[in-house]
Amino acid sequence: MKTNLFFQASRRHWLVRLQKIGILALGAWFSPQTVFAKKEDAARAIDEITGGKPVSDGRVNLIIPPLVENGNLVVLKVSVESPMTPSNYVKAIHVIAEGNPLPNIFTAYLSSRSGTANITTRVRLADSQTVWAIAQMSDGTFWRGHADTLVTLSACTEMV
Amino acid sequence: MSKTSRTSITMPSSAKKGAIVEIRAIAQHDMESGFRYSEAGKPIPREIIRTFTCTYNDVEVFKADFYPGIGANPLIIFTTIATETGTLEFKWVGDDGYEALNQAHITVS
Repeated sequence: MKTNLFFQASRRHWLVRLQKIGILALGAWFSPQTVFAKKEDAARAIDEITGGKPVSDGRVNLIIPPLVENGNLVVLKVSVESPMTPSNYVKAIHVIAEGNPLPNIFTAYLSSRSGTANITTRVRLADSQTVWAIAQMSDGTFWRGHADTLVTLSACTEMV
Repeated sequence: MSKTSRTSITMPSSAKKGAIVEIRAIAQHDMESGFRYSEAGKPIPREIIRTFTCTYNDVEVFKADFYPGIGANPLIIFTTIATETGTLEFKWVGDDGYEALNQAHITVS
């Protein structure tokens, strides 16, 4: 009697455990291919820019509309806090989109003669995603900022 | 084969010495991303503008690399410091021998 009870409890235990493993496996099956693969591309693009150096958060402001109807032309503004003096200025600004087939969007090279580090352009966004801006300073440090956006009609899906 | 297209520059024609001037540069270009397919199902080859440079009296003050993520008719707004009277030259270079040149004069007082 006693052993029987033990066996039953243990079987229930096993069933619950099996169920949990199943859910975990399902979750692992669905999400990574669609989500992380692109993030890895973006991470690789960022690594190529920084050469493995650490990137600090802050000093970079990226402005894109939080809700975009058409991903084909999205106004993107990026500004970096910097005194822009010959000894301390922003060397380059890189913009990376996680959800685009090619994460790089543009790279702008500035100098102390730029006066400010403000760039405005129009970009394509393939999906609702996070867009990153990486600023490379003249002292060799890297700073980053990001913005999230929701795209209802994506770029690069339409036929000609 | 070399190609070109219409470009437009918007910037002040005069400025005080040391002032920050804003420059808007736009080029007419499809910026074909290379990710689209024609109705026949064939991929459309990539054809984009690759670089944009701005020189101020023959000194490079701004440069940008474009990727397919830049929208059609690329517009870029940037700033520079008005240092001396002279000309600013703008140059776009792209695939398939594309090249466009434009210039603007600025009087600095």
